[in-house]
Amino acid sequence: MIPSILEWFRDPMTWSGPGGVPTRLLEHLWYTVVTVVIAAAIAVPLGLWVGHTGRARWLVSVANSLRAVPTLGLLFAVSLVVGPYIPGDLAFTAPSIAVLVLLAIPPILAGTYAGIDAVDPSARDAAKGVGMRGRQVLWQVELPNALPLLLSGVKSAMLQVVATATIAAYLGLGGLGRYLIDGLAVSDIGEAAGGALLVGLLAIVLEGVLSLLQRRVVSPGLTGRTARGSQDGDDAPQAEAPADAPVDVRG
Amino acid sequence: MIRFDGVTKQFPDGTTAVDDLSLTAPTGKITVLVGPSGCGKTTSLRMVNRMIEPTRGGISLDGQDTGRMDAAELRRGIGYVIQHAGLFPHRTVLDNIGTVPRLLGWDKKKVKDRSRELLEVVGLDPKLGNRYPTQLSGGQQQRVGVARALAADPPVMLMDEPFSAVDPIVRDQLQDEFLRLQDELGKTIVFVTHDIDEAIKLGDQVAVLRVGGTLAQVAEPQYLLAHPADDFVADFVGKDRGYRALQFEHAPRLTLHSEPSVVVGETPSSRASWLLVVDDDRTPLGWVEPARVGDRPVASEDLHRGGTVARASGSLRGALDAALSSPARRGVLVDNDGVLVGTVRAHEVLTAIEETERPERDEDDPVHGGAMDVSGERG
Amino acid sequence: MDWFLANWPRVIDLAGSHLYLSGVPLVVGLVLSVPLGWAAVRWRASYPAIITSSGLLYTIPSLALFIVMPLILGTRILDPFNVLAAMTVYTLALLVRTVADGLSAVPDHVEQAATAMGYGGLRRLFGVQLPLAVPVIASGLRVASVSNVSIVSVASLIGVSQLGDLLIDGYQRVIYGELLTGILACVVLALALDRLIVLGARLLTPWQTAGGGAA
Ligand SMILES: Nc1ncnc2c1ncn2[C@@H]1O[C@H](COP(=O)(O)OP(=O)(O)O)[C@@H](O)[C@H]1O
Ligand SMILES: [Mg+2]
Repeated sequence: MIPSILEWFRDPMTWSGPGGVPTRLLEHLWYTVVTVVIAAAIAVPLGLWVGHTGRARWLVSVANSLRAVPTLGLLFAVSLVVGPYIPGDLAFTAPSIAVLVLLAIPPILAGTYAGIDAVDPSARDAAKGVGMRGRQVLWQVELPNALPLLLSGVKSAMLQVVATATIAAYLGLGGLGRYLIDGLAVSDIGEAAGGALLVGLLAIVLEGVLSLLQRRVVSPGLTGRTARGSQDGDDAPQAEAPADAPVDVRG
Repeated sequence: MIRFDGVTKQFPDGTTAVDDLSLTAPTGKITVLVGPSGCGKTTSLRMVNRMIEPTRGGISLDGQDTGRMDAAELRRGIGYVIQHAGLFPHRTVLDNIGTVPRLLGWDKKKVKDRSRELLEVVGLDPKLGNRYPTQLSGGQQQRVGVARALAADPPVMLMDEPFSAVDPIVRDQLQDEFLRLQDELGKTIVFVTHDIDEAIKLGDQVAVLRVGGTLAQVAEPQYLLAHPADDFVADFVGKDRGYRALQFEHAPRLTLHSEPSVVVGETPSSRASWLLVVDDDRTPLGWVEPARVGDRPVASEDLHRGGTVARASGSLRGALDAALSSPARRGVLVDNDGVLVGTVRAHEVLTAIEETERPERDEDDPVHGGAMDVSGERG
Repeated sequence: MDWFLANWPRVIDLAGSHLYLSGVPLVVGLVLSVPLGWAAVRWRASYPAIITSSGLLYTIPSLALFIVMPLILGTRILDPFNVLAAMTVYTLALLVRTVADGLSAVPDHVEQAATAMGYGGLRRLFGVQLPLAVPVIASGLRVASVSNVSIVSVASLIGVSQLGDLLIDGYQRVIYGELLTGILACVVLALALDRLIVLGARLLTPWQTAGGGAA
């Protein structure tokens, strides 16, 4: 098996043209970014609204129950039902992208909502107490405090999308999944396993990138990453709160 | 001046937290709301800045009905120190302090300067400014909470048990600093606590609430100690209220005796049984028994340090304690710079106590009788 | 519905394989995650390493892991054992963190009381810490079970048969009834496993009031 993988990696055809690794990698990245951005544009405002107003909490439960639907089934069903109505090449990509968005929404929604819900009530109270209006409370206090969980949700969503986009190659979607599906179809183990390694690598790199982003945008006051300086005077420091609880979803 | 006019708060679940409260907090003074847990102190306080809306009655601020003001504007003009500090965990100490100025649209530089200044005002090390709340001790957090409330220099401050989360020594220190600060700033303060000692120490006026949210009594502290309106208040102010009241009686009426003393490091010349030891600035250090020291110089180890030292300008409580705690039975009094002025004996303090006048009881209005005068009209 | 009535023995058969492929890893993953999670809590220094590496495993897309498994195990590509192993990896990755969090969430005073009463190392783990961590671990197990049932269907793409076969066959031959049956069977299986875990957790924690059980 290993020799066939090496052979696939050494083959110049692997690296060039419309089916070459650079093109496929960019495709995969493109799907992922586009879907996560669309899903976030829908789920973040919705989660903020539900969390801030406390209204329509059922939305989060409904989105969560979507997790029980097998991603493979959802992909096939949507493309079977919707595909025929969409002309040309889009008939393959559009339904897949739609399903990817659909799958990315629950973790982001849940993360955003949980983030807002977990904001220390005394910080929210203080925000009102110093004279912030509703929107100011949301933007200046709730959102920054919700970021750790919100971004964990985005991270879960992104992993979910990378994984599902791979499977969607079965429906004709481009991206690295092509190598896995095509390799399996013609029993070219080198290609399938080589593609699998690339997908795994991509997921791990993206995870790393988002973790770095998380470090950059989340206030150090929330992560407990801050250096615990000398305690001059008074009593012992307060215990730190855990900031980065998991929001797990994948398929 | 903050005025509660027949204020009642009933929560949707039926709990009456505050019941027909009428009370005036005079301008520039500290009014303390005290009472057992659940008696409606926090609710009363939060109705002032409309964090909670009263069910009946109204609250006015310098004659203006707060119910008609914009709630957010009102809150920006009132400093609010929240129980357990309630700092924003995602903001640095300096940014926490600058919250209200920023809401008011001050320019960045001014906000920063003001926040730095306040850090100093509340006695925090400037290098704590860039820390986050989780990196501070409880006492430090409380100070930041006070600084945040003071930032826009509001004339009115609401403080909800600001010193309750810290140990007794730090609390005492914070209280002293708070009084010193108030001497300078002269804010109109409503201060909530469940601790009667804190209430009596800090309050220009103390309002005692009972469970159910009714006002049991509002009075200046010495009046409260002398004339509790009923059994509940008497019980609440405690068994040693007679002794405690002495802290409001000033010592200057005492005649002092001059006290022979020896500077530390010199050989005592007197053969008295106890001799007071002072340093080069005549600050008392403790007592020695010359008989034990003999002919050598007095060393630090010879000192008996059991006696307390009271200020001559302080209270009779301090003077009495100094006399009672002194091994020589003579209480040491000092001036404001800590320099020895003389000694006094316990029986002399007691005589002075017997000559003091107790605040006169107002027979007509046991509840509001001892309250502070507000522009000629009883609050 | 018609399709299901006509083909139900096959559906039951596939559901059995599906349950086997997603359920066995659940049990194995749980058993393996307890010592790992315990180690992460017991030796604080190992916590970041254990949690980060399990998080990283969870990151790898399912199809990729299925395909790479033979490379690691030396098995043939069509061997169902690849799927079992991959699913165990996912379960483990998810549960290690949950177990660690659950164990460290046991209140300090309880743990100290247990130590004071003479509970030592392992007996304290099994007698006090684990039982009290059951609700947290159960909630992690629920996430893992739902996710496992969904992921296992992907194994049809590498030729390991279970309910996913209905999805692929239904799609390729455009038999809506078959596709729908596959989806519904997966959902039912996921919900059933979920209920089972909730029930189990409740039996294990009789001191938690009914209804107030798992989150
Ligand atoms: N939002 C609320 N809903 C219902 N009851 C409340 C609410 N807030 C406070 N209470 C009740 O009102 C009473 C007074 O509460 P509070 O003002 O917080 O007391 P204190 O600050 O004196 O301890 C208590 O019995 C409390 O349980
Ligand atoms: Mg209170």
